[in-house]
Amino acid sequence: MATASHQRQRSRRRPGARFSAFGLLRQGLTRADWPRVWRHRDLAGSYDAVIVGGGVHGLATAYYLAKNHGMHNIAVLEKSYLGSGGSGRNTAIIRSNYLTPEGVRFYDRSVRLYEELACDLNFNVMFSQRGHLTLAHNDSSLRTMRWRAEVNSLEGVDSRVIDATEVARLVPQLDMSEHAHHPILGGLYHPPGGIIRHDAVVWGYARAADALGVHLHQGTELTGIDVVDGAVRGVQTNRGTISTPVVVNCTAGWASVIADMAGVGLPITTFPLQAAVTEPVRPFLDTVVVSGSLHVYVSQTARGELVFGAAVDPFPSYSMRGSLQFTESVAGHVLELMPALSQLRMLRQWAGLCDMTPDFSPVMGITPVDGFYVDVGWGTYGFKAAPVAGETMAELIATGKTPDMIAGFDLARFADGRLVGERGAAAVGH
Amino acid sequence: MLISCPLCGPRDATEFRYVDERRQRPDPEQASPQQWRDYLYVRANPSGPARELWLHRSGCRQYLFVDRHTLTNEVQTAALARTEGTR
Ligand SMILES: Cc1cc2nc3c(=O)[nH]c(=O)nc-3n(C[C@H](O)[C@H](O)[C@H](O)COP(=O)(O)OP(=O)(O)OC[C@H]3O[C@@H](n4cnc5c(N)ncnc54)[C@H](O)[C@@H]3O)c2cc1C
Ligand SMILES: [Zn+2]
Repeated sequence: MATASHQRQRSRRRPGARFSAFGLLRQGLTRADWPRVWRHRDLAGSYDAVIVGGGVHGLATAYYLAKNHGMHNIAVLEKSYLGSGGSGRNTAIIRSNYLTPEGVRFYDRSVRLYEELACDLNFNVMFSQRGHLTLAHNDSSLRTMRWRAEVNSLEGVDSRVIDATEVARLVPQLDMSEHAHHPILGGLYHPPGGIIRHDAVVWGYARAADALGVHLHQGTELTGIDVVDGAVRGVQTNRGTISTPVVVNCTAGWASVIADMAGVGLPITTFPLQAAVTEPVRPFLDTVVVSGSLHVYVSQTARGELVFGAAVDPFPSYSMRGSLQFTESVAGHVLELMPALSQLRMLRQWAGLCDMTPDFSPVMGITPVDGFYVDVGWGTYGFKAAPVAGETMAELIATGKTPDMIAGFDLARFADGRLVGERGAAAVGH
Repeated sequence: MLISCPLCGPRDATEFRYVDERRQRPDPEQASPQQWRDYLYVRANPSGPARELWLHRSGCRQYLFVDRHTLTNEVQTAALARTEGTR
């Protein structure tokens, strides 16, 4: 039972109160409970917009709708808990060294928003710009890297091809011998790339959206969308019906299921993607290291764990079970890169669902159904895009005009044959 | 995950290659560009029972029609695609 003084402290520190060093000290000394980060709300009968999916994309869209466009009567529906999808399962790599000029501009804007995010949300998202290194194991990948570096530099993104000596200096643990099965010839080095605390980004957006009046509904599953005369009228959920003129599909791996409710077909197939971490060790690996040929990437978290990632599973599925094939292959390939890690133990592995598109680019914007918007097709690379995706989707929903930055990512491109071809996002690139 | 190949018996899924959803190809004489592109890119991507085309790559190298539940990965049936014809 809470004492009277306890209750007073709770009510004083309401959700949305600003975090500060002084607040941390006071909280530590009084040892009172931390306030809830966002409020529990009753489901209203109507909203100006309903966002489906409580991952980083849905929450960012809600936040920018409220902050930049003054739309406060909106709700985010999440069937499980916030961040239970890909947003809580990814390996948190952020970068902007893509291949197409459109892609580079888009992801560069996202990196810039991430750089300001902790300040903007008053929440420490632990963005660590420790550098991102993609290894080249053959001449053809070196050639593509030179191309990428040129496009990146033209767009003002720090990205350059480095030789084997510089690779060895950056990451001394790599096996640089010529006899390696996949010898390392050089790499594409991208200093502003890095990793972030993905849960903190989710919680930070949720807390800031809640403070602006957005309703966050966990345990609330969308079960149907009412479309009348080609326009959205409302939705059905396990907690009741809501009338709304706008539904935004931010459900990543489940995007097809939601689009189906509105009768919209998507160029998306859902594949599981797995990752694993080792036990924590002392910091030794600064750079994020990626090898496309070996289908692996490695980074070290602030806690000291090594995070391993790979390519998507070989067949589509909505199951989030890990497989022994993944563990075996990722361990084998990591050891080819860094033989010294052979004594490390793996702590755990997990899977998340990825909404893969044929051109490694998202599907964003309007659909043939009036009021039904999509922000999907984020595949294996969508965490880094959340701020810019939220910002541009919010602008589209509030103003009715598609921002130039996302015009090329429209759903109609598939029917018109205008695919994007963003190989810079491919498979294990992240 | 096991797939029961009608020729080889139950084998681990790693022996097979997933090809695509099982779909009707539009008639080249009749199809509009829009229908072709739908056929090329749009997928049902069901969460639940799915009808798919697989190749027994490291076995008999035959194409199979596989009925699978995409939430549990349970395979209900696998039949030779060539005897069933294109459906
Ligand atoms: C292992 C792994 C590693 C990755 N690594 C990276 C990386 O390093 N860098 C990077 O940029 N990206 C990475 N990604 C991709 C990234 O995680 C996703 O693209 C991103 O998180 C998608 O965010 P989202 O908000 O769109 O979707 P999600 O976070 O998946 O959220 C969708 C939400 O919708 C909810 N939902 C589904 N159906 C319903 C319904 N009917 N009603 C209500 N809610 C529903 C789900 O419960 C879920 O919470 C990785 C992904 C995985 C799985
Ligand atoms: Zn066979």
